[in-house]
Amino acid sequence: MRSLMRTLKSLIMPLLVLAAVIFGASTALSQGWDVGGSIGAEARIFPDDPAFAGQEDGVQTSIILEGDFRWRSADRRHQIVLVPWARLDAVDDARSHADLREGFYRFVGDELTVEAGLIKVFWGVTESRHLVDIINQTDGVEDSDGEDKLGQPAIRLTRQTGWGRLEAYLLPGFRERTFPGIEGRLRGPLIVDTDAPLYEHADEERHVDIAARWSHYLGDWDLGLAAFHGTSREPGFVPSADGQSLRPVYNIISQLSADVQLTRGAWLWKGEAIVREGQGDTFAAFTGGLEYTFYGVTASGADFGVLVEYHSDGRDSDPSVAPPTSFDNDVFLGGRFAFNDMNDTSLLGGAVIDVENGSSAVLIEAERRLGTHIFVEIEGRFTVNVDPADALAVVQDDDAITLRITRHF
Amino acid sequence: MKTKATNPLSKSLLAMASLLALAGPAPAFAQEAELPAWVDTDSERRGYEIAIRSDNSDNGFGDSRVEATMTLRNAAGQETSRQLSFQTLERADNTVGDKSVVVFHTPADVEGTALLSHAHILEPDDQWLYLPALARVRRISSANKSGPFVGSEFAFEDFTAVELNKYEHNYLTTEAITVAGETLPTDVVERFPRYENSGYSRQVSYIDQTIHQVRRIEFFDRRGDHLKTLDLGDYREYGDGIWRAHRLVMTNHQTGKSTDLVYGDFEFGVGLTDNDFVRGVLERQY
Repeated sequence: MRSLMRTLKSLIMPLLVLAAVIFGASTALSQGWDVGGSIGAEARIFPDDPAFAGQEDGVQTSIILEGDFRWRSADRRHQIVLVPWARLDAVDDARSHADLREGFYRFVGDELTVEAGLIKVFWGVTESRHLVDIINQTDGVEDSDGEDKLGQPAIRLTRQTGWGRLEAYLLPGFRERTFPGIEGRLRGPLIVDTDAPLYEHADEERHVDIAARWSHYLGDWDLGLAAFHGTSREPGFVPSADGQSLRPVYNIISQLSADVQLTRGAWLWKGEAIVREGQGDTFAAFTGGLEYTFYGVTASGADFGVLVEYHSDGRDSDPSVAPPTSFDNDVFLGGRFAFNDMNDTSLLGGAVIDVENGSSAVLIEAERRLGTHIFVEIEGRFTVNVDPADALAVVQDDDAITLRITRHF
Repeated sequence: MKTKATNPLSKSLLAMASLLALAGPAPAFAQEAELPAWVDTDSERRGYEIAIRSDNSDNGFGDSRVEATMTLRNAAGQETSRQLSFQTLERADNTVGDKSVVVFHTPADVEGTALLSHAHILEPDDQWLYLPALARVRRISSANKSGPFVGSEFAFEDFTAVELNKYEHNYLTTEAITVAGETLPTDVVERFPRYENSGYSRQVSYIDQTIHQVRRIEFFDRRGDHLKTLDLGDYREYGDGIWRAHRLVMTNHQTGKSTDLVYGDFEFGVGLTDNDFVRGVLERQY
């Protein structure tokens, strides 16, 4: 029964997306829409044997489809954006999924900009953790970096004033985080049962969340202050009654956040902080550091940037009380090499290192364009020196190399 | 984390924005201005006066919008192109730099990437880059000067360092040159960067004697060798004395590479205001 439910559920979004694509394409043909999109092929290679029963061994292949349909009126006051997206994964049913990444109407008025629909919003300044970014749910089956997001139902009002930008959000629907299924790698011994979430609030996923943000820049400084009240995007976890899976727990939280960046010469100084109430004791968390770029390190004019960021997080370590995090007391060290060539070739390498036990998550990314329409990416995700008690321990056999080739239209 | 987070495009985007100024319009007459302290000789005074007559023409267009195509070509003749659009807001006071938004339309994988720039005369510019993949706006450094961007032959400073007072000027001679098939008498003025971190020891500009537009700039590297030549062609007049070059060709003599920048028709007076040049607008540019 549960698998039938899951199948039906998994069909709803693809059908919606398909409808959006057909609608978008047909409208586009007739009324001057800007139509784009991409098709990607991905192979994720796991050199190590899986740690848990049911997990795929070897190569995980998938296809990624994205449409991009945009329309705006001649006076640019009215805009419609549709970004349907889908992944078809050959291995993990839970990773085969579809979403409307963006699908909204925007009105740009003299005093007020209004957006309604599924929106994508990013808050923050740091690189290795996105602490204050809270509007969109993370599409957790996509990658471990938390940068893939699900479209968030929202009404957003934005007003630009002489003393900054004010945004008010009404968020009338909650999106659950996605997690790997039984066949998937990069999970713990128990899978997360996304069919059996626990909500603190009786309205469950229909709880209406609210948020507000002020942001401004003053000389070299960029500042942001925000508040959020509603369902936590990060879940905690409790074991299911039969002990065979984990149930995600979504608390109601209140969060205040600040983000700041100082840009001076080749230096970028960055900091993000939150205070959150609603998951055990009220706690604070901080991410901050710097980025320094050495320009023209090669004769052809490549740049090399060095990144250092520190993470601390005061949340309860019991996952049934507060969502688990691997950024409790960690340092990120990284380097970024931009070739500044016509193919936008770049390399990124880094590691998040636990200060107390030395457990490290290493990432390497390389990318470049081939010709005009094809983009190639290689990503490596490795764990090094993992302490058995560290949050990384469950995924230490899931080192992965991902190859992705994307054809853009 | 995305590798693209400090996309090298950023430099080209900013650069493109400032090209509007480089291709800028001509003044009717040189304004009476107090001579800067570095002017000692008659040739420096004459060089400065020719430069200021050309530079003053930057003023008066208000705001503009234009589409452009940039074509990058390597020594083997291989080409790749980028389509961009620009919006520019001229500051009322010419001691403050212009504001601009540049949006990339191709290559397709960077569509919607947008750069906001608040140019300053003496201090570093303020720049924000929008990356659509993450819906993220980043404040980026403007410290780089001499680096190339996205394989083009334009350096960062070729676009940002177009303000008169960023150089010392010196009149050399009068010479007829041929640019894009057109032979013109020009005043030849050399200029020496006064700002830090320039990749050039000097530049030689050719300013035509009729409409006072820069028709050619030769760039000399730190060793004093001829590095690049920029030809500015297809000047068209918009309204009263507002001239724009529509075809810019930068050739690197040391690598054999070149970059063309071709503008479409400029729209002036589109009604843009300061509120169209804040970081919040970057996400709705395409």
